Amino acid sequence: MTTTLPAYDEVVARYEPVIGLETHVELGTNTKMFCGCPTDFGGEPNTRVCPVCLGLPGSLPVANKAAIEAIIRIGLALNCSIAEWCRFARKNYFYPDMPKNFQISQYDEPICVDGYLDVEVGGETVRIEIERVHLEEDTGKTLHVGGATGRIHGATESLVDYNRAGIPLVEIVTKPIAGTGSLAPDVARAYVAELRDVIRTLGVSDVRMEEGSLRCDVNTSLNLPGQEWGTRTETKNVNSLRSVERAVRSEMLRQASVLDAGGRITQETRHFHEDTGDTTPGRSKETATDYRYFPEPDLVPIAPDPAWVAELKAALPELPRVHRRRLQQQWGLSDLDMQSVLNAGAVELIEATVAAGTTPAAARKWWLGELSRRANESGVELADIGATPKQVAELQGLVDAGKLNDKLARAVLEGVVDGEGSPTEIMTNRGLEVVSDTGALTAAVDEAIAANPGIADKIRSGKVAAAGALVGAVMKTTRGQADAKTVRELVLERLGVQG
Amino acid sequence: MSDLTRMTATEIAALVAGGETSAVEVTRAHLDRIAAVDDRVHAFLHVDTDGALAAARSVDERRAAGEELGPLAGVPVAVKDVLATRGVPTTVGSKILEGWRPPYDATIVQRLRDAGTVMLGKTNMDEFAMGSSTEYSAYGPTHNPWDLSRIPGGSGGGSAAALAAYEAPLAIGSDTGGSIRQPGAVTGTVGVKPTYGGTSRYGLVAFSSSLDTPGPCARTVLDAALLHQVIGGHDPRDSTSIPQPVPDVVAAAKLGATGDLTGVRLGIVSEFVGEGAEPGVMAAFRESVDALAKLGAEIVEVSCPTFAYALPAYYLIAPSECSSNLARFDGVRFGLRVGDDGNRSLEEVMSLTREAGFGPEVKRRIMIGTYALSSGYYDAYYGQAQKVRTLITRDFTTAFERVDALISPTTPSVAFPMGARTADPYQMYLADLFTIPTNLYGGPGISVPCGLSEGLPVGLQVMAPTMADDRMYRVAAALESAVGTFTPPAL
Repeated sequence: MTTTLPAYDEVVARYEPVIGLETHVELGTNTKMFCGCPTDFGGEPNTRVCPVCLGLPGSLPVANKAAIEAIIRIGLALNCSIAEWCRFARKNYFYPDMPKNFQISQYDEPICVDGYLDVEVGGETVRIEIERVHLEEDTGKTLHVGGATGRIHGATESLVDYNRAGIPLVEIVTKPIAGTGSLAPDVARAYVAELRDVIRTLGVSDVRMEEGSLRCDVNTSLNLPGQEWGTRTETKNVNSLRSVERAVRSEMLRQASVLDAGGRITQETRHFHEDTGDTTPGRSKETATDYRYFPEPDLVPIAPDPAWVAELKAALPELPRVHRRRLQQQWGLSDLDMQSVLNAGAVELIEATVAAGTTPAAARKWWLGELSRRANESGVELADIGATPKQVAELQGLVDAGKLNDKLARAVLEGVVDGEGSPTEIMTNRGLEVVSDTGALTAAVDEAIAANPGIADKIRSGKVAAAGALVGAVMKTTRGQADAKTVRELVLERLGVQG
Repeated sequence: MSDLTRMTATEIAALVAGGETSAVEVTRAHLDRIAAVDDRVHAFLHVDTDGALAAARSVDERRAAGEELGPLAGVPVAVKDVLATRGVPTTVGSKILEGWRPPYDATIVQRLRDAGTVMLGKTNMDEFAMGSSTEYSAYGPTHNPWDLSRIPGGSGGGSAAALAAYEAPLAIGSDTGGSIRQPGAVTGTVGVKPTYGGTSRYGLVAFSSSLDTPGPCARTVLDAALLHQVIGGHDPRDSTSIPQPVPDVVAAAKLGATGDLTGVRLGIVSEFVGEGAEPGVMAAFRESVDALAKLGAEIVEVSCPTFAYALPAYYLIAPSECSSNLARFDGVRFGLRVGDDGNRSLEEVMSLTREAGFGPEVKRRIMIGTYALSSGYYDAYYGQAQKVRTLITRDFTTAFERVDALISPTTPSVAFPMGARTADPYQMYLADLFTIPTNLYGGPGISVPCGLSEGLPVGLQVMAPTMADDRMYRVAAALESAVGTFTPPAL
């Protein structure tokens, strides 16, 4: 089936999008949510299991205190209220990767509620309201063998690995986000990025989307201006920041084409495909599963001591947004300049470079200039370019010491990116150091004056601007390894002219 | 040496400790007794002859090596088949777990082993502890040693019958609505439901998590107290376990045995001495109350009006929890698997497994519970039942402001004939009418033999506030000292 999708500009001119995000974060606790099994990624199938996470008859869960502490810290960082008393609930449904055929989760008594996260989009601050943050256990993984697609359809056998079963999972649910118009995809991306940074700052998860320790479901609907919100779809399998943005955009386009043709949107789960950027329908939610939630009787309620919560709050690290504000101020950047630093993913790199002794302006110059250009050319993230903040600081140190000029420094940096060693090593090995011996330089200047008597006369007669030609000649003979400013001063001095 | 199987646990422990007999000798005597009578009683689902003798030998060796052993070292124990026993079949009386040998021990089983007791085997029970007669066991019923044509109570009929038939001096049961106390009452033995959270549920195959309470069964109150002391106390593997030491139930039982209840105030639950109980049961109960008064107890009547709603509330809460707890029996990871011929879907295999593996009462409760928890009915059924539970708890706490303990008959009737109630689930449920309120409240309850009616045992129930288990032991031991124990006719 091929349908021509409408243009994005037309879609946002006609419809208003409402989005919502459900994000799952695997906590980096040492042990699982309800037993003592290790949580490390990988491991032979079914080796990190015990009677509890296998759901063997008679086994009982005991809540992991470190996980509760982690979720409270996340809730506090997201400006949530922390429940003084709440319970786990059982979510009942049959699936082989769920050892007990119910998942221990939270239902109507989540531990964190009513928060918000401010994100920057296009220079504007958008406040994303957080509805709830709750704690649950992850499921095992089912592997379908024998089919062509690795999916259940056509498979001859299904294998279940319970290593992941019982790993603590935090679910963060936004309230519906309306009124963002054409920026909806960017808002979705900015939110997930900010959330990831916040959680990384807290140190409670490695939040790696590619390893699944941060997973995102995106809800999207469209409505005509002034009318009720439309039927929403839930897009799963969105595994990168770029995919979050693409999934919202693609779903907006698809829904618009359905609505334009007079159709109606089915409330369903859809799967995002990284390769095509499309979504395809999954299971329909119109015949909603009845999960028969009820309070988990095997676990005592969670009743965090308010004094403890206050302690956790006081001990929160500086959060990314505040941190960025402070850096912007320290670095003396305009909002626009700071935005380009953010867009380049250079905040932490510049910060580390400054910490290594470089001025903010110089650090920014290298990371946003030469290094960003190289990163763009080779299609890698700036952080993966191959130069470290320490090396950039060392490079700038050589410039400040007059050992390198700008041009030479660029050449040295190229060597750093190519893995040739430290800036000092490269400078020495390639013989790129500035010629600073004035005797040699004076000889070169005198040589240039002798070779260009006409130009020398012009300068003597007051046309100081003509000095550039002599400087160029000297730079040529010294193969660029002289400091242009010094050369110019020498030229004027030898000709007896005031600069 | 007189018959070891007729002795109390206290007596056996003393003989073993004194070197007058060995744990192996004691164990052999009980294994012989089981071999002699259990084809008629059918108290056991599995007799672990080798494991028992090995455990007994180990006790004898440790004693010979001069090790200091616990107060029940060398005493045999029968364990209800609801508790996971490492490497020893654990079926919960159900076909769905036939052949399952758990890779781990329940905390209580571990504590029994650590204490040097000798596990004889696993006792029969109504499937998943759902029943009051042990007739719902998938492996055939247990017979009451007092009259083999009658039921031994349930769900823990196997443990109670093993005691009454002198197959074991001690047993472990589990009480969700009366499954320890009611079998105790109808077999003339002592059955204790400890405070919820006072004994670990880790390794107890769950029926209803918020109600299930493992506890001791014995032929005397002191024996029950000794066993309680061994198995009780905080377990970090059970989140609902109370982080406090067991009240000193042994000292309380010894104090009670002196026969002095001066200063103790007992409340008869008015609602349980009306028309609900058989005349013969009421007669034995009244005589016991007189005996308690003679020992110095002050007797008053206390009304607990919400107890009338305990049964309906229980039959919503327990099935709701069981519908979820029993979901894991799907043929994927352990136990029975039916229909996995390579052509059927996963869902079909799960359905066929559960269809074949669960008996009628279990299916009935799963369906009731599934319905009660379903969206749109939750508030009217499960939610409402939880409110009733709160009110019942309030009745208990109000009553305990006036009295030290509550008393009632344990059951409305003596052991009924086999088959009499299987056709009518409601009649079966009525057997637990007097025991259920305690489970909803979470406090402790004990059934102690108090007399006979038509030659069959009657039990008196003592109910105490949560974590005041010692109080009910004192009262029960005092009554026992006054009325004595009751011996069934020879098998």
